[in-house]
Amino acid sequence: MIHSLSLNLFRKSRTAGFLILTFLASSLWAQDADPAKGKSLFNTNCAACHQLDKKMTGPALRNVETRLSETEGLDRTWLYAWIRNSAGMIKSGDAYANKIYTEYNNSAMTAFPQLSDTELNDILAYTAQPKAAPVTQATSDVVGGGVPSTGGADNNQILLAGLALLFGLLAIGLFMVRKTLHRFAMANDIDLPVDKPKSTPIWIAFAQNQFLVLVTAIFFLLASGYFVYGFLMQIGIDQGYEPVQPIHYSHKIHAGENKIDCNYCHSSARVSKHSGIPSLNICMNCHKSIYEYNGPTTAEYTKDFYDNEIKKLYKAVGWDDANQVYTGKTQPVKWVRIHNLPDFAYFNHSQHVTVAGIECQTCHGPVEEMEIMSQYAPLTMGWCINCHRETNVKVTDNAYYDKIHDELSKKYGVEELTAAQMGGLECGKCHY
Amino acid sequence: MSTSKTYWKNIADLASNPELDPKRHNEFVEHIPVDEFLGDKETLDQSDTSRRDFLKYVGFSTAAATLAACEGPVIKSIPYVVQPESIVPGIANYYATSIANGYDFASILVKTREGRPILINNNSLDATGTGANARVNASVLDLYDSKRLTAPMINGVASSWEVFNTDIAKQLEVLTTDNKAIVLLTQTFASPSMFALVNEFKSKFPTAKHITYDAISQSSALDAFEQRYGIRALADYDFSKALMIVSVAADFLGDWQGGGFDSGYSKSRIPQNGMMSKHVQFESNMSLTGANADQRVPLTPAQQKQVLAVLYAKLKGTSLQTELPENIIKIVNQTAKALLKSGSNAVVVTGLDDVNAQALVLDINTMLGSKAYDPSAPLMVRSGSDAALTSLVSDMNSGAVGAVIMAGVNPSYTLPNAEAFNNGLAKVGLTASFTLKADETAANVNYLGAVPHYLESWGDVERKAGHFGLIQPTIRPLFDTMQFQDALLAWMGSTVKYYDYLKTYWTSNILNGATWNEALHDGYFSKINNNAVMSQDIDLTSCVSALASAKDEGMTLTLYPKLGMGDGQQANNPWLQEFPDPLTRVTWDNYLTMAISDAKALGLFMESGGTDATGGLNGLYAEVNVNGVTITAPVIIQPGQAKGTVGLSFGYGRSAGVKEELQTGVNAYPLYQGFNANQTVSIKAAEGVHEFACVQLHNTLMGRGDIIKETSLEVFNTKSAKEWNPMTMVSLNHVETPVDSPEVDLWDEFDRSIGHHFNLSIDLNACTGCGACVIACHAENNVPVVGKEEIRRSRDMHWLRIDRYYSSETTFEGDDQRKDDISGLSDSMTGFGKMEQPSENPQVAFQPIMCQHCNHAPCETVCPVAATSHSKQGQNHMAYNRCVGTRYCANNCPYKVRRFNWFLYNNNDQFDYHMNDDLGRMVINPDVTVRSRGVMEKCSMCIQMTQKTILDAKRDGRVAKTDEFRTACSAACNNGALVFGDINDKANTIVAKKEDERAYYLLDHVGTKPNVMYQVKVRNTNEV
Repeated sequence: MIHSLSLNLFRKSRTAGFLILTFLASSLWAQDADPAKGKSLFNTNCAACHQLDKKMTGPALRNVETRLSETEGLDRTWLYAWIRNSAGMIKSGDAYANKIYTEYNNSAMTAFPQLSDTELNDILAYTAQPKAAPVTQATSDVVGGGVPSTGGADNNQILLAGLALLFGLLAIGLFMVRKTLHRFAMANDIDLPVDKPKSTPIWIAFAQNQFLVLVTAIFFLLASGYFVYGFLMQIGIDQGYEPVQPIHYSHKIHAGENKIDCNYCHSSARVSKHSGIPSLNICMNCHKSIYEYNGPTTAEYTKDFYDNEIKKLYKAVGWDDANQVYTGKTQPVKWVRIHNLPDFAYFNHSQHVTVAGIECQTCHGPVEEMEIMSQYAPLTMGWCINCHRETNVKVTDNAYYDKIHDELSKKYGVEELTAAQMGGLECGKCHY
Repeated sequence: MSTSKTYWKNIADLASNPELDPKRHNEFVEHIPVDEFLGDKETLDQSDTSRRDFLKYVGFSTAAATLAACEGPVIKSIPYVVQPESIVPGIANYYATSIANGYDFASILVKTREGRPILINNNSLDATGTGANARVNASVLDLYDSKRLTAPMINGVASSWEVFNTDIAKQLEVLTTDNKAIVLLTQTFASPSMFALVNEFKSKFPTAKHITYDAISQSSALDAFEQRYGIRALADYDFSKALMIVSVAADFLGDWQGGGFDSGYSKSRIPQNGMMSKHVQFESNMSLTGANADQRVPLTPAQQKQVLAVLYAKLKGTSLQTELPENIIKIVNQTAKALLKSGSNAVVVTGLDDVNAQALVLDINTMLGSKAYDPSAPLMVRSGSDAALTSLVSDMNSGAVGAVIMAGVNPSYTLPNAEAFNNGLAKVGLTASFTLKADETAANVNYLGAVPHYLESWGDVERKAGHFGLIQPTIRPLFDTMQFQDALLAWMGSTVKYYDYLKTYWTSNILNGATWNEALHDGYFSKINNNAVMSQDIDLTSCVSALASAKDEGMTLTLYPKLGMGDGQQANNPWLQEFPDPLTRVTWDNYLTMAISDAKALGLFMESGGTDATGGLNGLYAEVNVNGVTITAPVIIQPGQAKGTVGLSFGYGRSAGVKEELQTGVNAYPLYQGFNANQTVSIKAAEGVHEFACVQLHNTLMGRGDIIKETSLEVFNTKSAKEWNPMTMVSLNHVETPVDSPEVDLWDEFDRSIGHHFNLSIDLNACTGCGACVIACHAENNVPVVGKEEIRRSRDMHWLRIDRYYSSETTFEGDDQRKDDISGLSDSMTGFGKMEQPSENPQVAFQPIMCQHCNHAPCETVCPVAATSHSKQGQNHMAYNRCVGTRYCANNCPYKVRRFNWFLYNNNDQFDYHMNDDLGRMVINPDVTVRSRGVMEKCSMCIQMTQKTILDAKRDGRVAKTDEFRTACSAACNNGALVFGDINDKANTIVAKKEDERAYYLLDHVGTKPNVMYQVKVRNTNEV
């Protein structure tokens, strides 16, 4: 839509001053404007509030220069002035500056006096680039690449079913052959060799041997005991728990592909016992400008699927994307809690994250590869204790440990101290 | 031969009771009431459900339940949509604020978690503020009271504030035009901004009048101060500056004149440089103050007045003839001499509801030039006038009043003439009450305004002239409530919110250039008051003669507020109901305290000593009559009660706005006639036996001076510690060996010199027994409330208790002597029996006891599942999830500090207290496990707090600060009695405490090596 609009504009301009414009533009671009540099400058400075084709905090910027000169008769110098000091222009009473200011809820644009003319030209060159056709090829490739692998699984099953059928037919055939031969023999009065006098069947022999029965019974009892114990011990252990969440949040995309630090969203892990589920305003720090998904997709997780999830976020936080305003109608998200420690166990994230400097992945696994978040560690007491026994306390650069480390290392005659040696195995450290 | 032998099961069987014989072959002698659960036979027969069906259902449901149990529940987590910057889940926020509920005034620090206030701390910044007492500590639970009003009501129907305020504003306009009186009847707010607001209200509605009303009146003290100094306030006393304290019926460690004097008093009680204060108390009831006194003289109220008159005369150098007995005269003379000798280091206070007595005391302190006496910055915490209220009731009845608008008061409960008040209220056109709960008064008014709790409100308070406190909300209002001040503004047609009004008022009148935010952060603001005290000399001759001629006319009742319940506005607070009275140790009740001789004479003494076969304490009922008003109350024998007097506490017998379980005791206010705490009564025995829930049934120390070691100041100053605090000796191979010698030790000593090692010191001189620590412990550690029945079965759950002991002789020293003198079997039979009886005027001692965290803990060795174990930090751990409830540990604990969860106390309708509703559970501390049925629990030395302090230090990369470690009890103690710290940090206060000559360990001959120590109690019994 926007694309065609800009094309229309372009066509109109052709009649009027196409030559002059193209001359101007091409001469400027030809001289020094580099759309590639412009793109990176745009992403650093402008992308927080502007996009090329979508109204955000500020207006959409594709072909902004052309549009301005067409509709308002404003030239590049006006743009320079505006970008470097928009507040000053508004104050000076510039008509269009004030119009824009009021149109965008009186939100002042950040001044960029540090941007040189060249840099601004680069940015403008980038905004003047025609919109690229939607990249469908890449996604279809991925989808296409996915098919054979699923097909492979299917093939295996078909192969297996075919083999089973074949063997079944063979068995039936053999049975039929034997039956037929038998009938022939009967018909020809051939005496078939009589079966040997039946010895005691093996199971009766087994049943009669009380010792064997006893041993087997004990074996079965022990075996079932083992399995029952195993079953009972895993009750309440939810390793691999992977519940369906109200919004499909992919840690793979956020932490993996985009390399967002865990602590950016789970910031309270640094200071509090809770890692904290980020509030929705944290999501909106980025998703105000990221309104669609442009990364790799699969058949299951298509672009539409992800875009829809972003819409769910907008609905929950009450963000009207079209008008770029908060509606105030919020709907808190009821996430399903994955890591559930029992109430009688005290665990403090900051102790492990900040004091001990342990990577999140140590307990939570390769989160950055998880499309759906799941519980990685068993979270049993044995698991905790084991780590406390094996892990050395990080005592460097922490004045708290200076004295206790000196004394304890002297006492135990070791240089490194484990959490257990520090008292990390005492009941009351976690249970109170 | 054997066949002729008959076996009998019991005496009745042997005696062959004809009534019992036919039943003896039945399985159950008595009929088992099976109908109750089987229903009547007819319905049972008609039912289609056969026995087999029943078994099928049982089997199926058991199987289903078992299967369901294998599946973990799905737990939802709902984060904020927009997280407030100040809130981080898991981290506590603190807000400085003040409480000013008309009875308690204190500067406090409120701990909130995830936006919920969960604990009240002292605001240690505010040096002039009083500490939070037990009631203030418990007030956080009032916020989550399920009986709170949730919306404004008009004639009993829930309404909206818009309608409510427009209605009242309209009627106020009409009343003003009709020239009818509008009365604002409020608690003492002591709020400067509120005072200005009421004045504005009065100028808008010229017929308006503001009357303040204190349920327990201090009118006489206020009148006396006003006469002398021209301000309606109360003199402030700093007992830390006093070396000679004489109190005539002033319970200044309790609620006397608003309370809050105990911290200063405790400072003067710790012997320093061989000096400590001497305290003489003349009183009728055994009060907390009397219990702490060095010399306590039980007297009737009339005698108290005479004593004051004689004392005054003596100080003036004149003499006075009274009917006082010779021995009392002697004590008064000695006291007067001591006062004169101490001069400006002495102070005299009185709690008599008598203007003459109050005026005399003010004069005495001025005369002495007492340093402890401060009339220049008086206390504003009470301002009610008895006369104004009396005339209001008559005006209401005569129809002269057009509107009565109440705030923070409950006259239908607290007024002695409540009936006259209620009748008068019916004749008033517009009646409104602003209250937290639908209380007794609520039923008699048209408009019921739901007010926010003080933790949800804005406000200010001037507790002491020139010392201001701010009240700020610590949580968004839970319900559709409005502050009285906001309503006043709305009625005046103002669009200003009270918050803005308050801020403007402070900026222009109080802050004097200081910033609002700073004052709000600190919670208080002090201005040096240079106002010269205008003092007026008054002729006191008539006062003296009036006091000297005071006479008893029969039994005298002295009404008093209990530490737990105060004036009764917090009656729906289960923590306070279960808070044991420091002296009687009775919970969930009030009672008539009586001397043993009076009880015997009136037939109110139970020969069994009051305890029955279940071990519970019982009391007989007495009918108490004051001028035709009769109430029936149970009697408890109170050692130290003056003969010819009885005591009864206010605050009980509530009937509205209180859960049924918590409607305990009898209402004493109807006896509070003429707002005088002393009343002449006639008492006679009534039918029935009352069951008390008392947590301590053995009252005396039985001469076991090693449990509470004490000495006199003289001995303390002159003799070596070996004499008054000797090392305990035990026998090793028949040789007396000190108990701290390693040879007598059964166990190897661990090296505890590395890391932290926590110790707690309890100074028996500084501890007044006030019990703030008990409630703070409840709040911090999620200690459940078990109810009256369970307490009576000795199943109380208090992690921290304050034992109270009476002496059997006149002093504890006498007890020790008596015990040592006992020899021979017959002497010990009678002697020890007698020692169980407290003296008529005993010495009293308090001893806070919690888990002693023994380094060689007897409980740890007997636990079959190792649920309780010792840490390197000196704390005795209790892993609830490991405990299987054998209770061996409790049996093996020599201090009896372990508590067993006999039931599930949360989410259980049988225990319908705060933990049984969603609102009440909001007070629960998320860092402490809520214990379930069948596990043992006990004091953890607040390990969640010490661990938090350690973690903070680790995270900041620093060593833990000296004196940074706290427990809930040590933080709550405003008297410096409880000191907690790390003994491996040599700079810590606790190290000095441990090395103090006064330090000793409880029952150390057992060899437990506790981490809790006590400091020997020193009494200043020196003759002056």
